[in-house]
Amino acid sequence: MLAFAVFIGLMLGLKYFLTPDSWREYGPYRGKALTEIADKVPKYVDMETCAMCHDSIAELKNQGLHKLIQCELCHGPGYLHVEDDENNKMKIPEGSGVCIECHAKNAARPDKIIKQVDVAEHSEGEECINCHNPHEPWL
Amino acid sequence: MAIEKKNFSRRDFIKQTSMFAGGVVFVSLINPMKVVYATKKPEGKGKWYGIAIDIEKCIGCANCARTCKIENDVHKEPFFFRNWVEQYTITNDEEILVSSPNGGIDGFEQPVPEEDIYKTFFVPKMCNHCTKSPCTQVCPVGASFESPEGIALVDQTYCIGCGYCVQACPYGCRYIDPDKGVVDKCTLCYHRLKDGLDPACMMACPTHARIYGDLNDKESEVSLFIKEHNCAVLKQQLNTVPKLYYNALSQEVH
Repeated sequence: MLAFAVFIGLMLGLKYFLTPDSWREYGPYRGKALTEIADKVPKYVDMETCAMCHDSIAELKNQGLHKLIQCELCHGPGYLHVEDDENNKMKIPEGSGVCIECHAKNAARPDKIIKQVDVAEHSEGEECINCHNPHEPWL
Repeated sequence: MAIEKKNFSRRDFIKQTSMFAGGVVFVSLINPMKVVYATKKPEGKGKWYGIAIDIEKCIGCANCARTCKIENDVHKEPFFFRNWVEQYTITNDEEILVSSPNGGIDGFEQPVPEEDIYKTFFVPKMCNHCTKSPCTQVCPVGASFESPEGIALVDQTYCIGCGYCVQACPYGCRYIDPDKGVVDKCTLCYHRLKDGLDPACMMACPTHARIYGDLNDKESEVSLFIKEHNCAVLKQQLNTVPKLYYNALSQEVH
């Protein structure tokens, strides 16, 4: 009986010391985990942040068909560039890879939503950017 | 010592079993079994996040998968994904072909010539952030949980990497991070939501096929979208009550 009481006491003590502070703050988990997950730094800033400096090009793009497309979709995440633009240049995509991600012909792509081309037939080896300006696309 | 035999009549047997059965019925009447919810839907002002995906607008560019990998430092290889795009091709012979090369990041090609295709479409997939999430219920250490906003999250400092939740998720949305040895999954970019930014996949979608928002607010974009479109969820029969709604979802998708 005494051994049993000691065992229970020991376990209660262990439970007291091993349970983290924020346990059951919101539910059966560590409440602090929420703030830990939220502390991560976002890598993609949004279009408005880009437009603070690059306002003319953002305005041009927002008038055209590419207005829903974020700058960082082609140019890569901008969190470092915002902090230090001298040492962290944004990516300028080369070739036609970025364009054909969306515009390559595929039967599953809805025609109403996106203009598609058969890449080999349409461009004949030329890069898209030689004729089309991605910031001001024309058909 | 011989075992003492009691004279147990048929009448006694019927009496005792019916008493036991009656007791069970009585207890279940005064204390009915409650449905297991990982977290309670907030009443009043609290946010309750939901997602809607418009399959009619998805062009399969997989920018959602690409940006998610960059934003959340998901391994490029081996092929783990927090979200990915599948291409469904239904041929004239009623064969269903599903492909997802590198989660769609490598680009899609139709497996059969165009004249053989009956129907084809893209289905972007991600964590459904279920209301009755099986993944959070099975966690033995309380590392998998749902936030008060209804987002299924993993406490990586507490996770022991047993992989039970990976098996429990019927949508295949969890994986074990090969470096850390703990489970990782979509957080609906919880860190971005707290900063007032859109989740990376929602931000990246060039056709605005992905919508998220507060389901508690009947005027939010996602609530209105679900109201105005004929939306369905994946694997409804499993009673996980997903909060990811698809517009124009075909029955072939599972």
